[in-house]
Amino acid sequence: MDMVTSATSLSRSGLSDWIIQRFSALILAAYSLCILASFLTTPEMGYAEWRALFDSNLMRIFSIFTLFALCGHAWVGMWTVGTDYLTERQLGGGATAIRLVYQAICVLLIAVYLLWGISIFWGS
Amino acid sequence: MTPDKFTVKDTRPVNLDITTFKFPLPAITSILHRISGVALFIATAILLYLLQLSLSSEQGFSEAVAIMDGTLMKIVLWAITTGLFYHLIAGVKHLLMDLGWGETKQGAQLGAQITLGLAVLAAALAGAWIW
Repeated sequence: MDMVTSATSLSRSGLSDWIIQRFSALILAAYSLCILASFLTTPEMGYAEWRALFDSNLMRIFSIFTLFALCGHAWVGMWTVGTDYLTERQLGGGATAIRLVYQAICVLLIAVYLLWGISIFWGS
Repeated sequence: MTPDKFTVKDTRPVNLDITTFKFPLPAITSILHRISGVALFIATAILLYLLQLSLSSEQGFSEAVAIMDGTLMKIVLWAITTGLFYHLIAGVKHLLMDLGWGETKQGAQLGAQITLGLAVLAAALAGAWIW
C-alpha cells in the first residue's frame, strides 16, 4: 500500500477499518429494519405518527448513532472503491491526484450529510 | 514483466478479451454490492431531503407524499429500496462469511444464489409496496 493510500484510510489501519465497517453495518441494518417495521406496523402513516416516531428520545439517539455509522461506513466503502479503481494501473500517472479529488468530494458529501442529518434529527 | 522473463507453459490458452470473461456468480454479487453501495451513498441526499421535508410540517409531509407519488420518483424510490435491500442482504452474507460460513467453492456459489434470490424477492416486494 503506498503512502497516500494508507494516509487517507479512516483509521490508518486496515484491520480497524474492517471492524468499523462491520460494526457500522450492524447499526445501519438495525436502523433500516426498524424503519421498515414502523411502516409495516403503522399502515396509515400520517404526519402525526411519522413526527411522533422521530420525536422520541430513543429514536433521536438511534438516528444520530446511525448517522455517524453511515458516515464511517460510507468513508471506508468509498475509500475502498476509490483505491481499487482509481489507480495508476487504470488511470496512469495522474491517478493519485484524481483519487485525492474524488476523496475530497466524498469527505465534503459526508460532512454535508452529517450536519444536515443532525439538524433534521436534533434540530427539528 | 517481459515475455522472456515469463516462460511458463506457453501452450496454455490465452484470453485477454475482457468482454468474453466469465464472471462467476460470487464475483457478480460482489460487484453489485459495490455498485449498490456507491449508489446508496449518493441517494442518501434524496432520502435526507424527503425526510427533512416530511418532518417539517403537516404541509411538508403532504408535499413529500406528493413528490413520492410521481412516476419517475416512484422508479427512483424503487431503485433505492432495492439497492438498500440488496446491499443489506449481500452485507449479511459478508458477515456470515467472516464467521467462516460458506467459504468453500460450493458454499460461495450457494451463498451468491441465495443472495440474488432474496434480492429478487425483495425487489418484487418493494415494487408491490410502492405501486
